Amino acid sequence: MNDLFSKFDALIQQRETLLAGGVEDPFNLVMERVLSPTQAVCNGRDTILLGTYNYMGMTFDPDVIAAGKKALDDFGSGTTGSRVLNGTYQGHREVEAALCEFYAMDHAMVFSTGYQANLGIISTIAGKGDYIILDIDSHASIWDACKMGDAEVVPFKHNDLEAMERRLKRVPEGAGILVVLEGVYSMLGDVAPLAEMVAIAKKHGAMVLVDEAHSMGFIGEHGRGVAEDQGVLDQVDFVIGTFSKSVGTVGGFCVSNHPKFEIMRLVCRPYVFTASLPPSVVATAATSIRKLMHGSNKRAHLWENSRRLHGGLQALGFQLGTQEPQSAIVAVIMPNLERGAAMWEALLKEGLYVNLARPPATPANMTLLRCSLCAEHSAEQVEEILGMFERAGKAVGII
Amino acid sequence: MTRDETDSRIRALIEPFNKKGARVDDATSFAGDLEFDSLTVMDFVAAIEDEFDIIISMNQQAEIENYGQLVDAVCKLQG
Ligand SMILES: Cc1ncc(COP(=O)(O)O)c(C=O)c1O
Repeated sequence: MNDLFSKFDALIQQRETLLAGGVEDPFNLVMERVLSPTQAVCNGRDTILLGTYNYMGMTFDPDVIAAGKKALDDFGSGTTGSRVLNGTYQGHREVEAALCEFYAMDHAMVFSTGYQANLGIISTIAGKGDYIILDIDSHASIWDACKMGDAEVVPFKHNDLEAMERRLKRVPEGAGILVVLEGVYSMLGDVAPLAEMVAIAKKHGAMVLVDEAHSMGFIGEHGRGVAEDQGVLDQVDFVIGTFSKSVGTVGGFCVSNHPKFEIMRLVCRPYVFTASLPPSVVATAATSIRKLMHGSNKRAHLWENSRRLHGGLQALGFQLGTQEPQSAIVAVIMPNLERGAAMWEALLKEGLYVNLARPPATPANMTLLRCSLCAEHSAEQVEEILGMFERAGKAVGII
Repeated sequence: MTRDETDSRIRALIEPFNKKGARVDDATSFAGDLEFDSLTVMDFVAAIEDEFDIIISMNQQAEIENYGQLVDAVCKLQG
């Protein structure tokens, strides 16, 4: 028998080497108790959470929790069905209405995850003979959508306007074009020049999809994301988002003003052939989204946190993914996977959880410690975090 | 452009990516002989696209395993 698992041997070996060095497994952490959006007990230790993407700290909001409990009581634990059969409850309609209001758009379609929203929308709207022009640092769900669909897939260098336009110019006359961009790129926490990119895409007759997973709730005047912040949201044809970050639960969506958008509900397979979200989840999401419409104080504090952490880490001598803070993600660049894992573990022992990111998910084969701030981190916690980074960084010899 | 001209222009482009200085002929494979990883492939493809003002979509790249196939594909894409 040819063992189908032999293709994973190199990865198994890499993992074993890493763990043989005695480090705690960075990809096998257990949160035994979660005390708040910013604190948990992890592997037996009290830990500050700095790698959860829980940007607005909505997971323990009393109104959100109450809405979830009520829906659980009134509608049960699950829908046991597809959105197009028995899986559309009142709550699914309500969360879609909340999204239309949040984005001031005509249509909203909720998926079971953000991953499925990208997979479904991109693979369905870009068909055979069409072209998808996308940033090379796109999220895995976008790449998987490209793989699943029949369109020609053409990547361009990250955030490079000229590289993007050159490719748009070369698309054969008459072919349909979908340009796929993200507002905030989650690996380095950098923002896309959407104003310029959307203008170029439109000049070449393309439709534009922007994934705003990491900007919802705190970038842009109404928290609609980077496209709003840069004044081009009205020219974006499709916005993809998720409930698993600022909204604080699970689920994904697409919002659009396209007049024919509703047909997606019948033709988009990752929407049709899977069960809909549980009633408690859509109830918590709807409540959270409505509260995010009025979150400007929290938003301002989140930005203060991001600026302080970014500036503090830079002053300590860490190499960061961006020169200035552009989002609520601060990526600390590690020299290699071994040192990155050692630093990750040293931080965990200090009582700090960050995200360890490594190739192939990262650009240019980098190993990163990704920190994502929360509006609920206090100014004191941010100082405490900087102290932990300083001690761990010196112990491991990164600074 | 003749196949020979296309060949020599691609040969010049490949040089900075050919870190091990491997010999390049039509049968040379990108993954095996040149040990290109996915990031290298992306940069190399972008260089060829710009040199010849063509698109080599990822779908087309999937069909190209060795140097000769690349030269043939670029000849065809130039029309
Ligand atoms: C840019 C981007 N798009 C989509 C997703 C997928 O979101 P979800 O967790 O809802 O599947 C993520 C999160 O992992 C993301 O970072």
